[in-house]
Amino acid sequence: MKLKLATLALGAVMAAAPALADLVIPSLSYRTGPYAPNGIPVADGFADYLTLLNERDGGIGGVPIRMIECETGYNTEKGVECYESTKGEGSLVYSPLSTGITYQLIPKASADGIPVHSMGYGRTSAANGKVFEWVFNHPATYWDGASIAIKHIMEQEGGDISGKKIALVYHNSAYGKEPIRTLEELAKKHGYELTLLPVDHPGQEQKSQWLQIRRERPDYVLMWGWGVMNQVAIQEAANIRFPMDHFIGVWWSGSENDTLPAGAGADGYKALALANPGTNYPLFDELKTYVYDKGLSAGAGDQHGYVLYNRGVYQAMLTTEAVRKAQEIHGVADITPAMMRDGLEALEITEERMAELGLPEFGPAFSLSCENHGGSGLAKIQQWDAGSKTWSVVTDWIASDRSIIDPLIAEDSQAYAAENGIEERCN
Amino acid sequence: MPDQLLYAIEVTLNGLMAGVLYSLVALGFVLIFKASGIFNYAQGVMALFSAMTLVGIMDGQVPFSHLINAIFGTDIHHFGWHVPAIVAILLTAVVMTAFAWAVNQVIFKHLVNQEPIILFMATIGLAYFLEGFGDLMWGSDIKSLDVGLPQGGSFWIEENTAWLGGEGFYGFFIDQLDMVATVVAVILVAVLVAFSQYTKQGRALRAVADDHQAALSVGISLSYIWVLVWSIAGFVALVAGIMWGTKSGVQFSLSLIALKALPVLMLGGFTSIPGAIVGGLIVGVGEKLFEFLVGPMIGGATENWFAYVLALIFLVFRPQGLFGERIIERV
Repeated sequence: MKLKLATLALGAVMAAAPALADLVIPSLSYRTGPYAPNGIPVADGFADYLTLLNERDGGIGGVPIRMIECETGYNTEKGVECYESTKGEGSLVYSPLSTGITYQLIPKASADGIPVHSMGYGRTSAANGKVFEWVFNHPATYWDGASIAIKHIMEQEGGDISGKKIALVYHNSAYGKEPIRTLEELAKKHGYELTLLPVDHPGQEQKSQWLQIRRERPDYVLMWGWGVMNQVAIQEAANIRFPMDHFIGVWWSGSENDTLPAGAGADGYKALALANPGTNYPLFDELKTYVYDKGLSAGAGDQHGYVLYNRGVYQAMLTTEAVRKAQEIHGVADITPAMMRDGLEALEITEERMAELGLPEFGPAFSLSCENHGGSGLAKIQQWDAGSKTWSVVTDWIASDRSIIDPLIAEDSQAYAAENGIEERCN
Repeated sequence: MPDQLLYAIEVTLNGLMAGVLYSLVALGFVLIFKASGIFNYAQGVMALFSAMTLVGIMDGQVPFSHLINAIFGTDIHHFGWHVPAIVAILLTAVVMTAFAWAVNQVIFKHLVNQEPIILFMATIGLAYFLEGFGDLMWGSDIKSLDVGLPQGGSFWIEENTAWLGGEGFYGFFIDQLDMVATVVAVILVAVLVAFSQYTKQGRALRAVADDHQAALSVGISLSYIWVLVWSIAGFVALVAGIMWGTKSGVQFSLSLIALKALPVLMLGGFTSIPGAIVGGLIVGVGEKLFEFLVGPMIGGATENWFAYVLALIFLVFRPQGLFGERIIERV
């Protein structure tokens, strides 16, 4: 009887005790709901990269990674529930994969002392590390994206876009509205005329917006869309025979999911790119050996190399490099969220490091600091070839207009600091 | 004619055709509600499921392949054949009939004489089940649907109407897919009306709709009629799924087109087929004209909420909808 009780007690203790010595990285994903076709490849890429590190290297610095996947359905409330239910596991960093969820997590995670990394989404002014101690949005923000798109248009137009008409078709949400301020400031600087065309969720019906575009004949159309809105917009643009190479989407409007349904009509459509598409990198050979061929692929294993899958891989690479940096700074392998924040602030992604990781020239080289949580603000332009059903990168890295972006970031972040009684740091 | 007036006409024409697409979704709701008093929350998901099934059959996709591969360690995805669109449409109609039979056997047979709210709850459960079942069966990726329907603005109409206006008018834009949808909707309604008026099953269906207890007393099988009406609603969902799926690809969001049908039903009435059509046209034209005339002044994106405002206005004055049967209850 005593032996039985002792065994039961031991079992209970073992079950109750947190798993020791592992690096907990939550994955707030959405594999269900209207945005699942986009959520799945990102989640798969993220998971596969972490699996590779566990299988090949035994984790990072000898400590295995424990990924906790939590389904948000791209729903803000569920995303917050995911955060609350996983933070006690020792989560090192959250990537909410939704601007709405990010906005909700910023005050919570800041109070809990857990970093949030919203890669290319979320609150743009969080790039100011002086105010947002726990929030990161490298390698580029929406405001960078807006500026880069305008720079590309200027390049196409020989440097002068005064008098040109540019329309923004955007998801009528916090996410879709992010670039408006920047585009308005850039319109003052460059003299173009900006038309704003909001599309309500989910964006299945956009006839009014595209009839207006057909009437007003803008020279270029920019798009901040997500989910079905992207596919319908590209189809409607093709329907009114809008020149597709004058139609540019943000990086969340530029995946195979967005262009394939429109068939040949999508040919020539452009989008911003945070990282390169395709599988032509040594890392994918490693993934094949250690993950795919061993049957360890996340999900159905049918997303490899797609734009959003690569974004998930890129997100995981940036996360794990920050873990590595944190281990290096603090001299311990089993790091805490606070150490992770230090690792993020000291993150340095160089060409050499990307080549070592098997991803040469995959993303931009950049470094973060106490002040800079937004990275380099670089992106490329990719273009869709409907014949081969592939994206091709058509420009080098383009830098955003810091003379416009930086004052906007300072203004917005200082307003946030004043509202929340935050004292600036990094002084 | 002034360009602005011509553009208002263009918006009206496009609104009418958008309205036809809304009507296609609303029709499925009306058919089931009329015959059984059930507000079928799953109608939008049925459109999604039927379109997924159609694409799956056309592309020779192995159903439940992810599940099969996960359990047996296989790597099968396709049968390696492509089925012509018309054959695939017929096979999908068969699947939707089987679905109707299963729904009746498993759910509604056991809920006869239950309160309408219980039946409504059952359809909510059915909708969520079907969403997950569809994902499991065909995968949740976005699928291109090409059954050979034309898309894009009609060159002929553009070229032959451009002379109506000045330099700022480029001719009327009319989407060829919308024109096809209009023709299909007209044919569908004509067939449905002919079916209900001139066939034995149609008369039985109307009898059940009028008074199902009286219909039972003269030997009409309620179970048979419910399977029949769910099958027809499944076919209507397939037609709606084809039209909407051709526009945006077949994906989960297709199930949300039901949101577009609700104001149509509020306006046209839950029990009238002509009401679904006229309601759709009013909602389509109303929301598009409002967006065209008022939208730019108030920041745009008015269509979603304006359709409901329009429906509410009608509801206040005519609660049963434009063509709905007046509810008279005597003590």
